[in-house]
Amino acid sequence: MTVNVRGATLAGRLAGLPLRAHLALGTVLLFVLAGLLGPLLAPYDAARTSPVDRLLPPGTRLSDGAMAWLGTDQVGQDILAEVLAGMRTSLTVALVTVVVGGSAGLLLGLLAGYFGGWADGIISRVGDIQLAFPSLLLAILLAGVLGPSMVNVIIALAVTRWVIFARVVRGSALAVRDREFVDSARVMGASHARILAGYILPSCLPPLMVAATVQVGLTMVAEASLSFLGLGVPASQASWGSTIAEGRDYLASAWWIAAVPGAALALVVVSIGVLGDLLRDVSDPMTEL
Amino acid sequence: MAGTEPLLELSDLVTSYRLRPGIGRPGGEVRAVAGVSLTVHAGETVGLVGESGCGKSTIARTIVGLVRPSGGKVLFDGRDLGALPAKELRRLRRDIQIVFQDPYASLNPRMTVANLIKEAWRIHPGLVPRERWDDEVDALLERVGLRSEHAGRYPHQFSGGQRQRISIARALAVRPRLIVCDEAVSALDVSVRAQILNLLQELQRDLGVSYLFISHDLGVVRHLCDRVAVMYLGKIVETGSKEEIYRSPAHPYTQALLSAAPSLDDWRTDESDEIVLTGDVPSPLSPPTGCRFRTRCWRAQDRCRDEEPAPAERDTGHPVACHFPGALPPPTTTAPDSGRLTKE
Repeated sequence: MTVNVRGATLAGRLAGLPLRAHLALGTVLLFVLAGLLGPLLAPYDAARTSPVDRLLPPGTRLSDGAMAWLGTDQVGQDILAEVLAGMRTSLTVALVTVVVGGSAGLLLGLLAGYFGGWADGIISRVGDIQLAFPSLLLAILLAGVLGPSMVNVIIALAVTRWVIFARVVRGSALAVRDREFVDSARVMGASHARILAGYILPSCLPPLMVAATVQVGLTMVAEASLSFLGLGVPASQASWGSTIAEGRDYLASAWWIAAVPGAALALVVVSIGVLGDLLRDVSDPMTEL
Repeated sequence: MAGTEPLLELSDLVTSYRLRPGIGRPGGEVRAVAGVSLTVHAGETVGLVGESGCGKSTIARTIVGLVRPSGGKVLFDGRDLGALPAKELRRLRRDIQIVFQDPYASLNPRMTVANLIKEAWRIHPGLVPRERWDDEVDALLERVGLRSEHAGRYPHQFSGGQRQRISIARALAVRPRLIVCDEAVSALDVSVRAQILNLLQELQRDLGVSYLFISHDLGVVRHLCDRVAVMYLGKIVETGSKEEIYRSPAHPYTQALLSAAPSLDDWRTDESDEIVLTGDVPSPLSPPTGCRFRTRCWRAQDRCRDEEPAPAERDTGHPVACHFPGALPPPTTTAPDSGRLTKE
């Protein structure tokens, strides 16, 4: 009935994954590494301009003899360097947003699911109202009011995301709260804090992790959308969204400015989506007890 | 055997569940337990029998504090559990433990056996000094017929009977004085059931613990219990010693229940003396007026509709809640007028 996978080695489990998982995992790892090591890898400063080298197609040699593998934009910045720097922004915003929104959602979801009653009423209704409102519009509103900065982008996006996490956690908490092993802890005299931490929380974490993975990808898209609209990180910081926005005017003459960050974004988000699906399949229903 | 002061005393206990109004259904209150009085003395085993849905489990859940009573009192050791300050209540809760029916659902699947048992001492610090925990776990496992090498395993690695032993060890860890067994052996195979029953008896002999043994299985109750209470639709209809209930049942429901229990020589004769009750148990949402059993009773008369019979000794030697208790088995042919009773 229960398959014990604890004994399997990491290598053995990796070998058993389908090809798309390997591709997705590889892509994500590559981008994460590039984001972390970006400043070391990039041949150029992402913010440095060079009017002589503007709008060069990919693979052109620059005036100083270096190779622009992915071309340059309208002010002569290297696209590769911009994409790497944008990766950093994108990754930071997405991860911090998911951690902040996920924590808030976890806390509120646990309260709503475990205690029920008026706490559940308020949290769930506020969540419903918010979900009825397009999340990007809400983020645009918040980002517009707060002004452009990375912290404000994170705040705006976290506010739009907590509901999703809260719902997932509430559902799991609700399913576990009346199970007999929780009752037996109550009879034993366990406090609410102990039951929440030791009995309810462990059952909520696997579905929360799946939701968080998928949300990292979607948050990256949302961040790029805000930056594209000029409501994201300030112009001094690179972002895929703002690079795509700049390239929009040159689509006919210099397609690579918008295409390269766009492709990078698509690739990462799809890969993270595949990983999320996989995580959902792997998270055995038996372990969600 | 039974002391003077009861260990557990339920007095006119009422537990109700509120129903939310839905589409085409008014809201209301289900009195799952509708005024139950019952005592359990130290070192005694009291059986509580009845059909499923009659409120047995609700009584269990009320006693251990999972459900709040909406009326009446639960007295433990003479103290009203509803009136105690939270801190004292927590201390007293230790004395009352429960073993649930389903050993697959009642153990946290993420905890090892050792942790399941130690959890009791984490919740109640000072009960067992930390350096003694491992020894104490071994001792408890041995006590319930498991081995100390089982301590590191997870519940899913055990059979149903073994898991029920773990549940019992866990209940014993807080050194309770009363264990409520809510259908504790109903999910087990017959052979395993006998082992667990023997274990329960052995523990009672050695530790002096009392049991409130809730079951629908009359054979098991007869094997284990000193006294028996029979429940129907939220009320206790008859209480008495094991002999009184099994030898001379006075309430028609008890008689029907006992006649329905399979016996070893059923196959010998074609004719059965089983009393087959017609109709279903009425909904606890709108119980019948007067006696709750009257809609299915072959002795029912007008008085049963108008007046609720209080439990009292009516020449029966033990309390019966019936206006017309009778020691005699019901007639062997179809009931005279009502046709409520059929004999096969």
